[in-house]
Amino acid sequence: MSEHDHHHHGGEHDRPLSGPALRVKALESLLVEKGLVDPKALDELIDTYETKVGPRNGARVVARAWVDPAYKQRLLADAGAAIAEFGFVGRGEDIVALENTPTVRNLVVCTLCSCYPWPVLGLPPVWYKSAPYRARAVIDPRGVLKELGGEVADDVEVRVWDSTAELRYLVLPERPAGTEGWSEEQLAEIVTRDAMIGVARVTVPAGSGR
Amino acid sequence: MTTSIPREAGLGALPALPRDEGGPVFKAPWEAQAFAMTLSLHARGAFTWREWADALAAELAAAAARGEPDDGTHYYEHWLAALEKLAAGKELVPGDELERRVGEWDAAARATPHGKPIELPRR
Repeated sequence: MSEHDHHHHGGEHDRPLSGPALRVKALESLLVEKGLVDPKALDELIDTYETKVGPRNGARVVARAWVDPAYKQRLLADAGAAIAEFGFVGRGEDIVALENTPTVRNLVVCTLCSCYPWPVLGLPPVWYKSAPYRARAVIDPRGVLKELGGEVADDVEVRVWDSTAELRYLVLPERPAGTEGWSEEQLAEIVTRDAMIGVARVTVPAGSGR
Repeated sequence: MTTSIPREAGLGALPALPRDEGGPVFKAPWEAQAFAMTLSLHARGAFTWREWADALAAELAAAAARGEPDDGTHYYEHWLAALEKLAAGKELVPGDELERRVGEWDAAARATPHGKPIELPRR
């Protein structure tokens, strides 16, 4: 059994195994017995999505696009291939990079469920999966942006992109002023998950860079 | 595809947008397990990603239709329900077999002293 089995005491419930955790345990044990899933592969997947992937992959893609105009062109022309240059590959779904400019802001949502560019952003945050975000991103994207990432001027166009099982989106945010001369690694550190979903801008935190 | 943006609609009816601070996306290990099982089954061709997306969307829509507040906190419960139904529909794990196994694990958990690993009796 996996190491995840050893966390079942000392939690908020007295019952060591109950509710959905019990059902997952039952389902997993049947699937493993039937040879339909490999418990080692499960643990590797969990580790990958929890720690190795995450938004850091996407941040590296964005930082390279900022410093390398040829890479940026490749990214905007064929994001899947450009992202694969880093070795980040998904499960066959297409991915499109959306460039923010001073006059265009892109916002990504999945109105149906929670389709998300996992290979570059890891697992989606709780709010991305919530019904209010899924509905409001379409109905009132300016209101969503105002709440999450600062107001958007009236003359800036807001484009909302609805993800599907076959097609995912990665926002290429604007490079912030004051980062001239920064290295790709320095830039990657300031690129946030929210900026790559499109709900926030990239800003220069006090004391970062050089 | 792009979605057109109507400017005004009934915003007040929607609860405040929940946020996180970039914290853990899984609130409990079982959520990550359910997630990984789904990817693993898809990877071996047990179902297409379109079938999965449809099953999950159906569960989320059913929860909304029941009037459950969907702020993302019960998301993986819907995920698990979708996975159970898809596994039954694809005849990977029949529903009655799953319920029997749930009962067995429940009994084993209750019979296990605190702090010991829970195991099913050998058969």
